[in-house]
Amino acid sequence: MRAHEIYPNGGPRIGVYVCHCGLNIAGKVDVHEVVEFAKTLPFVVVAREYKFMCSDPGQEMIREDIREHRLNRVIVASCSPLLHEATFRRVLEQAGQNPFFFQMVNIREHVSWVTEDPREATEKAKALVAAAVRRVIFHEPLQRRRVPVKDHVLVVGGGIAGIHAALTLADAGKHVYLVEREPTIGGHMAMFDKTFPTLDCAACILTPKMSAVAAHPNITLWTYSEVIQVEGFVGNFRVRVRRKPRYVIEELCVGCLQCIDACVYKDARFPDEFNLGLGKRKPIYIPFPQATPRVVLIDPETCIWFKTGKCKRTCLEACERKAIDFEQQERIEEIEVGAIILATGFKTFDARRIPEYGYGKYPNVYTALEVERLVNAAGPTGGEVRLRDGRVPKRVGIIHCVGSRDERFNRYCSRVCCMYSLKLAHLIKERTGAEVYNFYIDMRTPGKGYEEFYDRLLQEGVHFIRGRVAEVTDWAITPEEEGKLIIRVEDTLIGVVRRIPVDMVVLAVGLEPQPDAEEVRRMFNISCSKEGFFLERHPKLAPVSTFTDGIFLAGACQGPKDIPDSVAQAGAAAAEALALIDKGYVELEPNTAYIVEELCSGCKTCISLCPYNAISFDEVRAIAVINEALCKGCGTCVAACPSGAARQHLFEDAQIFQEIEGVLAYV
Amino acid sequence: MSYLYFPGCSLKGTGRAYEESLLAVFRALGIPLTELADWNCCGATAYMSIDEHQAFALAARNLALAESQGSPADGAVQLIAPCSACYLVLLKAQQCLAADIALCQEITIALKEEGHCYRGRVRIRHPLDVLVHDVGLSEIARHVRQPLRGLKIACYYGCQIVRPFALFDRPHDPSTMDDLVRILGAEPVSWPLKTHCCGGSLTGTIPEVGWRLNYLLLREAQRRGAHLIVTVCPLCQFNLEAYQDQIRQRYPDLAPMPVLYFTQLIGMAMGLPPRELGLQRLLIPVDGLMAALSKEGAHARA
Repeated sequence: MRAHEIYPNGGPRIGVYVCHCGLNIAGKVDVHEVVEFAKTLPFVVVAREYKFMCSDPGQEMIREDIREHRLNRVIVASCSPLLHEATFRRVLEQAGQNPFFFQMVNIREHVSWVTEDPREATEKAKALVAAAVRRVIFHEPLQRRRVPVKDHVLVVGGGIAGIHAALTLADAGKHVYLVEREPTIGGHMAMFDKTFPTLDCAACILTPKMSAVAAHPNITLWTYSEVIQVEGFVGNFRVRVRRKPRYVIEELCVGCLQCIDACVYKDARFPDEFNLGLGKRKPIYIPFPQATPRVVLIDPETCIWFKTGKCKRTCLEACERKAIDFEQQERIEEIEVGAIILATGFKTFDARRIPEYGYGKYPNVYTALEVERLVNAAGPTGGEVRLRDGRVPKRVGIIHCVGSRDERFNRYCSRVCCMYSLKLAHLIKERTGAEVYNFYIDMRTPGKGYEEFYDRLLQEGVHFIRGRVAEVTDWAITPEEEGKLIIRVEDTLIGVVRRIPVDMVVLAVGLEPQPDAEEVRRMFNISCSKEGFFLERHPKLAPVSTFTDGIFLAGACQGPKDIPDSVAQAGAAAAEALALIDKGYVELEPNTAYIVEELCSGCKTCISLCPYNAISFDEVRAIAVINEALCKGCGTCVAACPSGAARQHLFEDAQIFQEIEGVLAYV
Repeated sequence: MSYLYFPGCSLKGTGRAYEESLLAVFRALGIPLTELADWNCCGATAYMSIDEHQAFALAARNLALAESQGSPADGAVQLIAPCSACYLVLLKAQQCLAADIALCQEITIALKEEGHCYRGRVRIRHPLDVLVHDVGLSEIARHVRQPLRGLKIACYYGCQIVRPFALFDRPHDPSTMDDLVRILGAEPVSWPLKTHCCGGSLTGTIPEVGWRLNYLLLREAQRRGAHLIVTVCPLCQFNLEAYQDQIRQRYPDLAPMPVLYFTQLIGMAMGLPPRELGLQRLLIPVDGLMAALSKEGAHARA
């Protein structure tokens, strides 16, 4: 189709608008020259420059020109379309034009910011404007499509972030499916005794939220469950969830725990996961007293009945509600949701990877998470800080940055370790009266009340030694060191190598992505940063969105975060999800691919290549069919189609070739 | 696989027993070792800190010689450097040349003056790596004639063969020598000082400091119940063994502790004649200990 055929009323009438962007562009590109050049190009009716084209007066100028000069094509040469394409398309719409008769030329990121010579920059800007003029002539009017949105939300992960997001949405009247892999919600926060810097009891502030989840009519809570498949797109996700058998019927169990008392094992003898193996449990157990849901479960790995088929099964008799079901099978649930919030959390760094710190070799070297359990009143020692042999430590060393800020492992700062180390130092000193030594590289305490807490610890007489610890050893030189663990460190403030003998070493392990983050990333079709944390859409302006519409992030799965930050992000993610589903529909960009039916030979090449499963095969007509709602406009099928049947709106051959010719003709 | 062998100056001087035992063990295992012809000083760590470029040229000359004399296996000539300093310096030179094109060109021009050329096709190996990973522990076990039963050993790796280039073992907690010692029938003691510093040249420059470092190593080995220390490095061996009298004058709690090269220990287990292993060169002899052990063993058997 020729350009003038589209517009019998005199053909294309183009306006070109070149932005100074303050000095961002004008400091390098001769904007005036570009404007004068644009005026010489075919079909250009008007060309102007302005200091900030995105400002209200700039927009108004374009709107006026559209009306006055009867413009039917607009080009803005300014910044990246990622920033202002939507702005200027709206300008066209407001002036009564189809918003897709617009082309943006990026002369900032692509020209002024990256070109050293002003002459070259100006020439490049002119070439790009010439290309856009040629292209926009071949633009066609397009319509955005509206797709209805499902009213439900899936929250994956039941730590504090997932809990907060779920409650926010449920309180707003939306139905939430909260899926948690462990038998209880609560996440890492449930393991802590106190929270920094206020030292309020973690359980006291967390468990009310946990019970609120269990009681909320708008929340379907599935613990001991995992998402196994995600299909669909923003507003219309189909999700499959595997619910692992706990061998106890959740609806019947009231959490009286009589079955646990009745178990043929009189003593708890198996390492208890929730206490990181520091405590013991029976094969039938509940992770901790406030576990939510308060439902027991049976571990088939340790239960005699599952292992041998021979057991009196005293638990069955003990349960008055007949809730125990040894025949229970896993169940697959299928749900449809409009939005998904990922709050899958983190794992702590495996301290065994630094053998010189002796974790796993010396029994009195602990990770910080283990010490959290030791200081917890509901933990294996009832809150008393005791070594594995029962002694109370008199001297304790806390080593910071274990696995963080270390180019061998993770270069990043884990953000929470300085503060939780201070908290543990305080609690250990309070419970044992021990001398506590912190070995740090830099103290990082930005946050409300954090620096004050650090100051408080200094007042309390906790020792701070600046230097990365070289090793923890049982190599004693002096009689005082006998039987102790010796921390060898260069004290970089006084320039001396020191040996600090202690009874207990606490490794402040850093935060890492969950071990299966990569599989989860693939399942939800989102991206990871190079550290392996889920990647937000924009580090500053879209911190809870992902590159997949309708999927949001909350908490430490996006990067190391403390509780206040996780909760804040969870609230933001809930708000974003709410804004999406509350509207009731989503508008899809029309830059999708389509099939010219007469040309399609039915070779199916495109179907296997489509990364979004947007193409299916119509067996009756023997042609490929593209689901526009699923198509992301990546263009893979367009490039691959051997017969030229797959095409794409806004990326038509004519448009692209004209753009190329525009550059070449100028150069 | 055939190997070229770069002795370095130590193995021709204070470390002669290292060379003798290394050659004897490889001979007995049937692995040909050819000494690199016309080799020169590796430059050691000292030269590196005075003039890096000349030090690199010195090291690169040896690598160029290896390339022209060796027959490549898997695309590279295998060059064994038993001395820890030589091993580290050659490796460092190789890695720096590979990483820095300008430096590499400079060194190439320098080598060309003398008609040499280095293309980066040398694999620098430590004999411990070769014995454990190429030959294999089971093959060595097959050659053990007199298992060293009852012998408790502190395996001393020193700092240079595992750091900064940890090519065949863990940098802070290496275990290859411990595995090897176990195969020979002896028992490696748990000893946290495996890679701690022996003081290097400090024994010559600031003896008080150097001797104290060696005292700490020796004393801890003694406390852990080791009968002897086994090492891979001529300088470590010299420091630990040669100064024991002086150390004892300051720290009288120190008993004499033999310090052997790991190749000597392998040779002993293989039943090779003591003179071939240079055992007569030890300042703190090991035969009394061995006699006591075998008597004890005989006693236990009876």
